Amino acid sequence: MIGGSAVAALKPGRWVQPTVLPGFGLTLGTTGAFLAAVVLIPLAALVLKGASLPFDEFWRIATEPRALASYRLTFGASLLAASLNAVFGFIIAWTLVRYSFPGRRFIDAIIDLPFALPTAVSGIALATVFAPQGWLGRLLAPLGIQVAYSWLGIVVALTLIGLPFVVRSVQPALAELDATLEEAAESLGASRWMIFRSVILPAVSPALATGFALALARGIGEYGSVIFIAGNLPMRTEITPLLIVIKLEQFDYLGAAALGLVMLIVSFVMLLVINAMQGWRARRAGGRG
Amino acid sequence: MAGMHAAPRAEDRSLSGRLVRAAFIAISLAFLTIILVVPVVSVIGYAFSQGARFYFDALRTPDAVAAIKLTLLTAAIVVPLNTIFGIAAAWLIAKFDFRGKQLLVTIIDLPFSISPVIAGLVFVLLFGAQGWMGPWLQERNISIVFAFPGIVLATLLVTFPYVARELIPIMQMQGREPEEAAVSLGAGGWTTFVRVTLPSIRWALLYGIILCNARAMGEFGAVAVVSGHIRGSTTTMPLHVEILYNEYDLTGAFAVASLLMLLALVTMGAKTMIELYGSHRRRSAATLAAQTLGREP
Repeated sequence: MIGGSAVAALKPGRWVQPTVLPGFGLTLGTTGAFLAAVVLIPLAALVLKGASLPFDEFWRIATEPRALASYRLTFGASLLAASLNAVFGFIIAWTLVRYSFPGRRFIDAIIDLPFALPTAVSGIALATVFAPQGWLGRLLAPLGIQVAYSWLGIVVALTLIGLPFVVRSVQPALAELDATLEEAAESLGASRWMIFRSVILPAVSPALATGFALALARGIGEYGSVIFIAGNLPMRTEITPLLIVIKLEQFDYLGAAALGLVMLIVSFVMLLVINAMQGWRARRAGGRG
Repeated sequence: MAGMHAAPRAEDRSLSGRLVRAAFIAISLAFLTIILVVPVVSVIGYAFSQGARFYFDALRTPDAVAAIKLTLLTAAIVVPLNTIFGIAAAWLIAKFDFRGKQLLVTIIDLPFSISPVIAGLVFVLLFGAQGWMGPWLQERNISIVFAFPGIVLATLLVTFPYVARELIPIMQMQGREPEEAAVSLGAGGWTTFVRVTLPSIRWALLYGIILCNARAMGEFGAVAVVSGHIRGSTTTMPLHVEILYNEYDLTGAFAVASLLMLLALVTMGAKTMIELYGSHRRRSAATLAAQTLGREP
């Protein structure tokens, strides 16, 4: 989304375009120093620690049954939560863009709350509300549904924190939708469902996919809002970030580094996918406009 | 990112149209109530479940006061540093063309996509007892991990992109002409920044600072890894919430949590104000243009 590149206009052999504006050296130095100290050197420490393990040792730690179970849970719950958000986030975005009703502005404002709410707060709130004696857990217990201290609780927590990503991605795409296309389809006799399938969905799918991927990426790394509600039983309700914390508490730095490296690679791949999706979306938008 | 949406278009008045509308509104409200509203309201409910006296006593315990102080101090160091970084990075990226710019933008965004636990882990591997610099630090009796500097570093990492992220699109939108004009009329770099650039980015800057502050005060995962959980000494407010919760002091945990929730609500209120005043139109224009232009040349 950011960083328009005019690099193509650079002359060969030159790496910065001359300009009258001052401050290139100063801002490059400041940015570089901060990046190195806060991001690059610390991340390099993790990569080097992980890489200091012989490969079969790294592989053994990264694929031990407890780690595999944690990947399955982390990825599965994030996938499920992102899918729930894709469906309900779309409905909410549609409701906010298309309908006016009392409280619309209020609903629009609280969508961002999970962004601003510290994860420890949402964590203890969800765990308490969905506990068998809690406000909502009490209603679910007679139905035999236990949310707290089960994988279901993890899905609920990840759904909460992922929601704004989908709504805020889809909302502008729906708002920009060309009304004349729908009117044309309608006057040609298309049903509501056909208009949705063939006009609306294709136009907003890049935004929906981006929101889904952002929610998924956030869910995979999430820690604070999950650990209170998860139950944290090894092999069953233990997410990968928690397993890293447990290894650190046992002073197993190498084990923590190995799992940390796996997670870092996964987030890097997710980042590349999301960047590619945003490029796809930008090209779509550009093609229309 | 939000709140810049035009009034809804004319609505479908047919019966099926009204049914769909009612269903969509009902599903939206039900989903938000279960997943968001009830948990948020419950924080207040549980915090005051034993009365206002108990609530205020829970906030006055020495450990709670120490946690509040530590959180404020951490934010007081982290937010200015990330503001300096954000302004420098935005100036660099928006005002100059150089090779590797896209890569630089991607690296600045990186802390958004890594797990908070990883953000803490990297500093343990760097400065912890078995870390790369552990022995060197131990000889000199310097503790970074399980101490205040570690908390600051981990918080710096997770809040790193917030200010830069807000400034870069708006500074790119505004182009270079205003600054180029100022400089060619003889203004110095600092004067140009303060008199020409700053007035046009102040709302975005304020918004970035507020978001950075909210995350800095509320960060849990990264700080949990580096803090060591020493009560009254290395526990920030979110960690204090965790300790009280694990000791089954629910009312105390929710009392401290309610302060953090207040912070979130104030942050969102400030965001709404900023959108109403000043930058509303400009921000949405910047977002739209950035989406339309994309990153491809």
